[in-house]
Amino acid sequence: MVTMMRRENRLVLAHVYTATAALTLGGVFGLLQALSRAHWAHAPAWFDYYRMLTAHGVLMAIVFTTFFICGFAMFGVYRAMPRERSLTLSWIAYGVMLAGTLAAFWAIVTGNATVLYTFYAPLKAHPAFYIGTTVLVIGTWLVLIDIIANIIAWRKEHVGELLPLIVHGIACTFAMWFIATIGVAIEMLFMLIPWSLGWTPTINVMLSRMLFWYFGHPLVYFWIMGAYLIWYNVVPKFYNGTVFSDALTRLTFILLVLLSTPVGIHHEFTEPGISAGWKWLHTMTTYGVIVPSIMTAFAIFASFEIAARRKGRRGFFGTIAALPWSKPWFTGPAFGMLLFIFGGFGGVVNASYSMDELVHNTMWIVGHFHITVGGPVALTFIGAAYWLVPRLTGRKLWGEKLALAQTYSWFVGMAIMSTAMHWAGLLGSPRRTADVTYFGAEAARLWMPETIATAVGGSILFLSILMFVAVAIGTLFSREREEMAVEFAPVDEAAMRTPASLDKVATWAVVAVVLAILAYAGPMHELLSQHIYGAPGMRTW
Amino acid sequence: MHIHRTERIWLTAGIVTLVIFLGIIGAAALTEGIVPENHVQTIDPTKVAETPPFDNPGVHKLPNGAFEVDIIGRIFSFTPNKIVLPVGANVTFYATSPDVVHGFFIADTDINMMLVPGWVSTASHVFKKSGSYLLMCNEYCGAGHHFMSATIVVQ
Repeated sequence: MVTMMRRENRLVLAHVYTATAALTLGGVFGLLQALSRAHWAHAPAWFDYYRMLTAHGVLMAIVFTTFFICGFAMFGVYRAMPRERSLTLSWIAYGVMLAGTLAAFWAIVTGNATVLYTFYAPLKAHPAFYIGTTVLVIGTWLVLIDIIANIIAWRKEHVGELLPLIVHGIACTFAMWFIATIGVAIEMLFMLIPWSLGWTPTINVMLSRMLFWYFGHPLVYFWIMGAYLIWYNVVPKFYNGTVFSDALTRLTFILLVLLSTPVGIHHEFTEPGISAGWKWLHTMTTYGVIVPSIMTAFAIFASFEIAARRKGRRGFFGTIAALPWSKPWFTGPAFGMLLFIFGGFGGVVNASYSMDELVHNTMWIVGHFHITVGGPVALTFIGAAYWLVPRLTGRKLWGEKLALAQTYSWFVGMAIMSTAMHWAGLLGSPRRTADVTYFGAEAARLWMPETIATAVGGSILFLSILMFVAVAIGTLFSREREEMAVEFAPVDEAAMRTPASLDKVATWAVVAVVLAILAYAGPMHELLSQHIYGAPGMRTW
Repeated sequence: MHIHRTERIWLTAGIVTLVIFLGIIGAAALTEGIVPENHVQTIDPTKVAETPPFDNPGVHKLPNGAFEVDIIGRIFSFTPNKIVLPVGANVTFYATSPDVVHGFFIADTDINMMLVPGWVSTASHVFKKSGSYLLMCNEYCGAGHHFMSATIVVQ
């Protein structure tokens, strides 16, 4: 299979190693920020804290995740629907994504785009930043077209069959991504890019924020769906397990397509210009996402338990003990699942507007997204890479013990760092701030121990990233060759039949668009009927 | 579609909990008036200093004994940057920004709002404890963002 898929493998490897490079560089910036806030090191004037913060956010949240998910999606499509195919579009998509990334990265490192990864107007960056990130998004749309073309070709030869389960999940993930990215594309193409080029003098700040968060929250579900693809379809193979239910897996992904977008205003609870009723509506819809989350929690534990019973193990501890805790490709996703439980608890707090007032823009929020994207998502992608790269290169994983230590140290580092961040936030420590001592103010002294604990956790995480890089490079040059089959987890024999309606991803995507319009028509109309004063752009760094 | 009995119990428990949770939030909004920032008022960000109430920022005692505090958050300071209030003061803050987006966050209180150029933000609070409170900008606004703070003295 490896030899047959050699052309395809090269493309997936390009994505995975681009993601690895982004993670490594992003990790360096992350470490320096944590040390800088703890006063253990100081950012030099020629590469200040906020430039690092922008680079860290863009590299980790956008570049690392997007390249890995696109690479894994193409891998799933190629393997689950094998046939003779042209890779021209796949490579064009990769090239476009890379070109956009490099343009935006140039603007950031030269100090022309110190606007953080949320690029809130009227902070005005160099046009290369806005154009570059837009080109990156357009590259992902080409990946979507590639996926659709492969599905159409497959359907012609498999009339009346359900899509392979992993391809169904991939199609849902990218359908959701397309619906969500339309918002940021409109913000970029019609507002930020013409304004940064000097064609329009001012900007409607609240409109740009609403469009950003229309995209910004589904962005996190794009990461989560990428991790879910692996949890449902790949991880059960590591303990000779099965997918608990084909139908409920498809239903989970469909629910995520429907519920990821009509929720973005919960990021704008503390903002003027949007009345409380619309914020209340988005609180309600945000909590809807709990349903696919608890379905996933059930499916994972059910899959663990069924596999353990087949081995004659029973009870909670018997089930847990039957899992392969010495295999890094399992421990990565497994520790991710564990962290996600706490990520979910924090999310429930954030989505409630009365509790959000206590934690909005504090370190609590930073703790929350590190224990979600930096925990479940990153650990799952890293663990999956330990399984994936040997199958793409035909080389044995180099340094399996080091890889195992990497997943354990990441878990420990993230648990320390994220707990400290949450705690600092409850005490009032603000996020996105280079120095949180406030001229020795009494209130600011409260959160210094947590700021130092954050630096300790961050240092452990950085060592963990170095271990991952060593394994990633070591495997690429490993001399030990091994041909390994690629199989996705089979559906459990006892699972029920899947209704054909769950396979109609395009139809559900149309329903999702309708829900998004219903959720945003009201607040958008309210915003556009106000007497708007545009704000001129500014470069305050 | 058949769903396994244990999963039916799990999902029912989850969804019932969710409905109760949402019911509490809804009831708190309707009966106690616990709602998020609800102020829809625009202002010309290039003319903040000439527009009331920001032409005269600071503490204003209202005839009913409550206080109105009008604050401008700009790069990289608050005007005024020291506010003195009596213990037990019932305060409504009005704030806006003439330049970029800022945060307006008072540690140890529930005052936490965004200042968006072009809009006026408001929040109310009763200061029950005396002491020195730290008002911070908690949204990145530029190179000097970490200097942007003010003191609220309650005595």
